[in-house]
Amino acid sequence: MTELPLIGEAAAAPSAGSPDASRLAGAKIGVITFPGTLDDRDAARAVRLAGATPVALWHADTSLGDVDAVVIPGGFSYGDYLRAGAIARFAPLMSRIIDAANSDARLPVLGICNGFQILTESHLLPGSMIKNDHLKFMCRDQVLRVENNNTHWTSDYAAGQEITVPLKNQDGQYIADEKTLDALEAEGRVVFRYVGFNPNGSRRDIAGISNAAGNVVGLMPHPEHAVEVGYGPESLDGIGGTDTDGLGFFTSVLNKIVGDAK
Amino acid sequence: MSTSAETVSKKFNIDTVENAAKTPDTELPWAELGLKQNEFDEVVKVLGRRPTGAELAMYSVMWSEHCSYKSSKNHLRQFGEKVTDEMKKDMLVGIGENAGVTNLGDGWAVTFKIESHNSPSFVEPYQGAATGIGGIVRDIISMGARPVAVMDPLRFGAIDHPDTARVMHGAVAGIGGYGNSLGLPNIGGEMVFDSVYQGNPLVNALAVGVMRHEDIRLANASGKGNKVVLFGARTGGDGIGGASVLASESFDDTKPSKRPAVQVGDPFAEKVLIECCLELFKGSLVEGIQDLGAAGISCATSELASNGDGGMEVELTSVLLRDPTLTPGEILMSESQERMMAVVTPENIAAFEAVMDKWAVEYSWLGEVTDTGRLIITWEGEVIVDVDPRTVAHDGPVYDRPFARPEWQDAVQADSFTGSVQDAARPSAPAELAAAVTELISSPNMCDKSWITNQYDRYVGGNTAMAMPDDAGVVRVDEETGLGVALATDANGRYTYLDPYHGAQLALAEAYRNVATAGAVPMAVSDCLNFGSPEDPDVMWQLAEAIRGLSDACMVLGIPVTGGNVSLYNQTGSTPIHPSPVVAVLGKLDDVARRTPSGWREDGQAIYLLGTTAAELDGSEWSNMRGHLGGLPPKVDLAAERALGEILINASRDGMIDSAHDLSEGGLAAALVESSLRYGVGARIALQDVLDRDGVDLFTALFSESQGRAVVAVPRSEEIRFKDMCTARNFEHLRIGVVDAASGQLEINGVEPLPLDSLREAHEATLPKYFD
Repeated sequence: MTELPLIGEAAAAPSAGSPDASRLAGAKIGVITFPGTLDDRDAARAVRLAGATPVALWHADTSLGDVDAVVIPGGFSYGDYLRAGAIARFAPLMSRIIDAANSDARLPVLGICNGFQILTESHLLPGSMIKNDHLKFMCRDQVLRVENNNTHWTSDYAAGQEITVPLKNQDGQYIADEKTLDALEAEGRVVFRYVGFNPNGSRRDIAGISNAAGNVVGLMPHPEHAVEVGYGPESLDGIGGTDTDGLGFFTSVLNKIVGDAK
Repeated sequence: MSTSAETVSKKFNIDTVENAAKTPDTELPWAELGLKQNEFDEVVKVLGRRPTGAELAMYSVMWSEHCSYKSSKNHLRQFGEKVTDEMKKDMLVGIGENAGVTNLGDGWAVTFKIESHNSPSFVEPYQGAATGIGGIVRDIISMGARPVAVMDPLRFGAIDHPDTARVMHGAVAGIGGYGNSLGLPNIGGEMVFDSVYQGNPLVNALAVGVMRHEDIRLANASGKGNKVVLFGARTGGDGIGGASVLASESFDDTKPSKRPAVQVGDPFAEKVLIECCLELFKGSLVEGIQDLGAAGISCATSELASNGDGGMEVELTSVLLRDPTLTPGEILMSESQERMMAVVTPENIAAFEAVMDKWAVEYSWLGEVTDTGRLIITWEGEVIVDVDPRTVAHDGPVYDRPFARPEWQDAVQADSFTGSVQDAARPSAPAELAAAVTELISSPNMCDKSWITNQYDRYVGGNTAMAMPDDAGVVRVDEETGLGVALATDANGRYTYLDPYHGAQLALAEAYRNVATAGAVPMAVSDCLNFGSPEDPDVMWQLAEAIRGLSDACMVLGIPVTGGNVSLYNQTGSTPIHPSPVVAVLGKLDDVARRTPSGWREDGQAIYLLGTTAAELDGSEWSNMRGHLGGLPPKVDLAAERALGEILINASRDGMIDSAHDLSEGGLAAALVESSLRYGVGARIALQDVLDRDGVDLFTALFSESQGRAVVAVPRSEEIRFKDMCTARNFEHLRIGVVDAASGQLEINGVEPLPLDSLREAHEATLPKYFD
């Protein structure tokens, strides 16, 4: 296990003091760090702000410990060398994650950006990401439609709800063969779609997908960067009321974990 | 081990110290390495013999303009001398270290520095700009800090010149490609197009880092028997002579391509190096640390040794190489990126190695600290360098370069825009003024910059509270208290060309104002002085005047220069760039939640103009658009800047204003448009009171670039309190309008209404038009 040296002290969880606070804080959500991972502290902060306890996981670990869910955060694991996510997929801990995600217990796994790329490389999710169609890195606030609110990570959203979260990547264009895309659509596994503007040429405006069981979700945009008033899309770009649109990912899984434990 | 004078290594003809002593007449390529005859003679005098090939390599890079500041040192001294107690109050580490350190309070310290990577960014824009970010970030790590943000002031040639797109695309992609991979938000910068930068684009990079007071690290090698280790990337053949050959000479078509002197970056290696170093600091595993930048191992060994209390012995064959055919001199000069050198006590070796193994970082132990006062470098045991490290690192040549006010300066200053040929058709009718505003905000220097900033990650880290296009970038430092920092960089080469002394002060004033506009208390300055050749007395005068102006202004504003960099020889043939002192100001916010954004949002809030407007169009963006450069830049009033700053800071802290935007390039016209477009909320403006009070016409009120001004939006409930504060501080303020959320346009009395949609379209179209 590695320590994620956070800057400053941990901010208090918003639910602290409420009757459910300790029960929620008992839920442990792992955040894995590979060499080159960048948004691990941010994912841990999001977990904390949702009320759960973040657990730092190191790629070379051989055990997931007692975590109830895992976030694979964004960044450039191994510099995106070879292909985004292609090397990280072979980390010892990824084998544990693949097993746990496919087991009967259905460990909830969220892959964000590079995490999504690692999930497709791991074959937990179908398809792949290639370079943005405009060939540039793009950082913008992106409107998404929640197409499926029945996954482990989206139950706190309404079906069809539009949310705004930051998008920032160079290789974000989702591709898959037509048969796979048709199957994803038919099975309701297209979880998020870009609204208004397709920022990278993704097939069928797909921003995120899930596995059949709904416990594994991957998306290119960054919900962990829209969890705190003052630091999200509203504050930086002025899109009204969207600073915490991403928090629902983390409260959704928390409700699932706590609900299952009841 | 053989010690004969004819010693020949298995790999190289090794020029040992012993051999050098015996063969005083051997011809050495000192001129090719950038040394002048008098400098080579000085090396011989210092050593008492001719240098070995390896020693020559070290002296040539360390005595280069880029590393030794030999032309500017005599002037830069003023930054250390003109210092008041007020300026020293929060300074924890001053000029001379890798970066200065400022006390933020609550046990926090902040370090920041701005540097140039101009020449490599012209030769190879992507790698040049990328490694500029890499180098400045390593400077920050070397102080013991966690880097938390970067900024990049950029200056390119004419927007429509065919070569500009090459440099622009490469530099922006390089900054993004490298910076984005480090997990550092890019929170601001500048973008200027001017043909004076055609062959000499300016790619400056700023990094800021934070640390606890006890974590501050310095670059020195102390404690006899402590081990010297080199870690990070392997040493290769890239960037050999980058500092001496590239950064210290003017470009010239007749010379061969200098591409091999540009370094190649690996941001992944740097990201791992950052985390690895922070883990070393946390475990207190290093005694001294130094990054390898310009002049590579030559710089790191000589600086560490000369800043310590003894000497150092290093075995050069222990350096891990990317290319095994490198000669000792090349290894000493290589500027391969992503390398660090540290001093480790014998007890900490195992713990140090464990951290390296965890992060899979390569390292090699090169030698140890001694008490001889000598820097000894051996090659398979044979001594190839034996020098007093101070003579390499600190006692380089210092030149009192001749300087004199250029003969043309008077004529330039006499050529005012007002009344010039270019001023023939000054707009005055409402439709003309509306067209002028639109033309201004779509001009190359005033247009929307998101084509650039959208290629940078502004979110990573989760602590970015403001970024472009606001006046300053703001980053939270302490998640519990909200303590944070604000940063802005500014320079106006046109102002500085017209009057270097005041032009440099104007750059400082604007950066200071930007930080205060964000609500932060300005605390420290870092400067990147980009100039032409110091061997030209005209340029040298510009440099001397700019430094004098800057250091004088720092005293008045009460904030010290804590570090920076000088970039000379930015000229093509005999034509220098405009003197471009880029000034970065760092400020502090006790709670970043109190920051002030640059745009208004709330319908009905009162809009105030702070400060007064004079007819100051010389050097302005308007005159630039009309192809004129002459006259005198706007007047500097540093006391007024301080007073304005205090008003903006207090108003922010006490919740008296909801938005603030400083007036600078493009004047009030640009500020009103930008504040409206920031959140897409319009306003109704009437400037008659301003015209009456200041005795200017509407055009001048809109386009003059008088300093010490800002526009703010004040909630109705705070208006009396805000006005009282301005009155009590005797600062001119006028209510010029009201926020009008419903109108969707910017209405200025006497100007045809400007629909925000069309303003935005004009503002955003320029960069895509030229670069997509």
